[in-house]
Amino acid sequence: MLKIIVPIKQVPETGNVKMDPETGTMVRDGVVSIVNPLDLYSIETALMLKEKYGAVVTVLTMGPLNAVKALKEAISMGCDEGYILSDRAFAGADTWATAYVLMNAIQHIGDFDLILAGERATDGDTGQVGPNLAAGLDIPLATYVRKVNELDPEQRTITVERSVEEGIETLRLPLPCLLTVVKEISYPRLPTLRGKKRAKTVDIPVLTAEDLNLKREYLGLKGSPTRVVSTKSPKVTRNGQMRTIKEDKDVSTAVDDLINFLEERKLI
Amino acid sequence: MSDKFTNVWTIAEAFEGKLKPVSFELLARGRSLADACGEQLVSVLIGAKVGDAELNSLISHGADLVISVQDPALEAFIVETYSNVLLDLVEQRKPNIILAAATNNGRTLMPHAAMRLHTGLTADCTDLQIDLATGDLLQTRPAIGGNILATIKTPNHRPQMATVRPRSTQPLPEDPSRVGKIEQVQLKPELLDKRVMRLSFKAEAADESNLQDSDVIVAGGRGMKKADNFVQLHDLARLLGGKVGASRDAVDRGWARYPQQIGLSGKTVLPKLYIAMGISGAIQHLAGMKTSETIVAVNTDPNAAIFQVADFGIVGDAFQVLPELISRLEERKS
Ligand SMILES: Cc1cc2nc3c(=O)[nH]c(=O)nc-3n(C[C@H](O)[C@H](O)[C@H](O)COP(=O)(O)OP(=O)(O)OC[C@H]3O[C@@H](n4cnc5c(N)ncnc54)[C@H](O)[C@@H]3O)c2cc1C
Ligand SMILES: Nc1ncnc2c1ncn2[C@@H]1O[C@H](COP(=O)(O)O)[C@@H](O)[C@H]1O
Repeated sequence: MLKIIVPIKQVPETGNVKMDPETGTMVRDGVVSIVNPLDLYSIETALMLKEKYGAVVTVLTMGPLNAVKALKEAISMGCDEGYILSDRAFAGADTWATAYVLMNAIQHIGDFDLILAGERATDGDTGQVGPNLAAGLDIPLATYVRKVNELDPEQRTITVERSVEEGIETLRLPLPCLLTVVKEISYPRLPTLRGKKRAKTVDIPVLTAEDLNLKREYLGLKGSPTRVVSTKSPKVTRNGQMRTIKEDKDVSTAVDDLINFLEERKLI
Repeated sequence: MSDKFTNVWTIAEAFEGKLKPVSFELLARGRSLADACGEQLVSVLIGAKVGDAELNSLISHGADLVISVQDPALEAFIVETYSNVLLDLVEQRKPNIILAAATNNGRTLMPHAAMRLHTGLTADCTDLQIDLATGDLLQTRPAIGGNILATIKTPNHRPQMATVRPRSTQPLPEDPSRVGKIEQVQLKPELLDKRVMRLSFKAEAADESNLQDSDVIVAGGRGMKKADNFVQLHDLARLLGGKVGASRDAVDRGWARYPQQIGLSGKTVLPKLYIAMGISGAIQHLAGMKTSETIVAVNTDPNAAIFQVADFGIVGDAFQVLPELISRLEERKS
C-alpha cells in the first residue's frame, strides 16, 4: 500500500482580512480560518491516487492547536490520519524553519512514497515550503504539477506533467518524491457525511519540538533566517482622474480624455 | 556578516538558446544593489546552447562577470542538478546576494538551494534596497493577499536570496561599450543528479498562458454580461498589443478560461497598462493587479472599489465606451 503525506496549512480566509490602519498589522479577531484553498488540490490528488492504487493518506500541519480543524476537514474528505505539529517554539517560523519542522516530523512518522504539497499558501504566498522540504529530505521534486499521468507501483516511479511558462514538460520521478500541484490537476471533492463522522472520532496526535528531537536554535522566529523589519499599508487609493458619462454625448469626451491620458503616459 | 560574502549574483534564464527578458530585468535590479555595496554584478547562467553573443548581451546590460555553466546534460531544468551546480558555485565563490526570476523554474531552484544553504529567501520582491547602515538587503514584498507591504531582511545568514517577478523592472539600456568577463565553467559530472528524467516537452500556444509577460492587459468581469461581448475586449487588446484577462466571476461563467483569471486564486500581473471593464474590484481581484503601472477602469457603479486603484476611471457603460475607444484607436492607427 502506498503511503502518501499531504502537508496542509490553515490560513485566514483572505476575503475578510482586515488591516489595522494604525499598526499596519492584521486584525486577527473574528477572522475565520480555512484550509489553504490550494491545499485542497493536493488533498484531492492524494485521494484520487488512493482510489486508483490504494494508499494511506496522512495529512499534517504545523500550527496552533486549533489547526486541528483543518486536519479534520481533510479527514472528512477521505484522508486517513492526521498529525498536528504544535509547539510555542514553532511560532513565527519562516519557510526555512517551517520546512525544518515538517521534514523532521515526516521522518518521525515513518516511511512514505509520496509527498503532495500545495502550490503555495494564500497567506504567506511564497510557494517555498514544498521545494524546501524536498531539498531537506533529499528526495526528487517536481513543482507546478498539473497532471499525474501514471504511477507504476512495480517500478516505483511516477510520471507527471509540469507547467512552465513556455509549455508543459513530462517528468518521470522515482518514489519517494515530492510534488507540488496546481489547480488544473483536479476539482476538490466535498467532505462526506461518513467522513465527517470519522473526523469527529479520529485521534490526532500532537507532536512537539521535544517529541521530534528538534534543535531549539532552528525553531520559530529565532530559527528563521529571514526577519520582517517593517510593514506598511500600500497607498489604498491612487486618486485617479474620473469622468462620468451622464448622457450619450459624454461618451466621446470621456474617450477623448482617456486617449489623451494614454498618450501622455506614452501607453499608445 | 557580509565580510566573506561579496558580489551580487543574478540567475539568468534561457529558453532554446535565447535569454529570457527577465535575465536583463534582474541585471537592472542587481546593478543598483552592486553599486550601493561597491561590489561586482555577476550573472550566472546554467543551461545549454546559449551562444557568446547572448552571453555578451548580459555584459552590455550591466553584468561585470558572466559565469556560464553549459552542457547538453543541462538542457532540461532538473532542479536537483541545477541546485547542485548553484551550490557548488556558491560554496566556492560566496556571493552576498542572489537574485532570480519568480518564474516556475526560479521559484523551484531558489527554495531548493536556500534550504540546503541554510539561508533566507524572500519571494516576489517588488522592491530591493541596501540598508546603508548594515549593508543588509532590504526585501519588500506584498503580504497577506496584497493588503500590506512587508520589508524583510536576512540579517545573520548569507547569501541573501530573493526572487523578483518578471516584468516588474525595466532592463537597463544596452551599452555595447561596457566591458566584462565571460567565464565558462565545466560541469562537474558528479553534480548531475540522474534520478529525475524529462521525457518530453510540449510548447504551449503562448496566448493567455503568458498573460504575465504582457505589457497591456484588457480584463473583463461580470459587467461584460456574456461571453460574446469578450470579442470587444479581444479587439481592444489587439489594438493595444495586449492580452485579455478576466475576473473570477467571468471565468466561473465560462466567458474566459482559467489561465486568464487574475487575482488571488489566479495570476498576479504587473503590466504597464491594465484596463478593467465591468469589474467591481473585489479585494481578491485587486490582489492580482493593483500594482499595475497604470490602471484604467470603466464601471457603471461610481462606488465600485476598482476606482480606488484606478489612475483613470470612467463611470459609464462599458458597451458605450468600448466601441468608441476601439474606433478611435483604429483611426489613430490608419
Ligand atoms: C478565496 C477567494 C479567492 C478569490 N480569487 C479571486 C481571483 O483570483 N480573481 C477574482 O477576480 N476574484 C476572485 N474571487 C472572487 C471575488 O471576491 C469577486 O467575487 C469577483 O472578483 C467579482 O468579479 P466581477 O468584478 O467580475 O463581478 P462583480 O463583483 O459582480 O462586478 C461586476 C461589476 O460590473 C459593473 N457593471 C455592470 N454592468 C456594467 C456595464 N454595462 N458597464 C460597466 N460596468 C458594468 C458592476 O457595477 C459591477 O461593479 C475570490 C474569492 C474568494 C473567496
Ligand atoms: N505550517 C504548515 N504546515 C503544513 N504544511 C505547510 C505549512 N506551511 C506550508 N505548508 C505546505 O507548503 C505549501 C506551500 O506553502 P508556502 O510555501 O507557505 O506558500 C502549502 O501548500 C502546504 O502544502
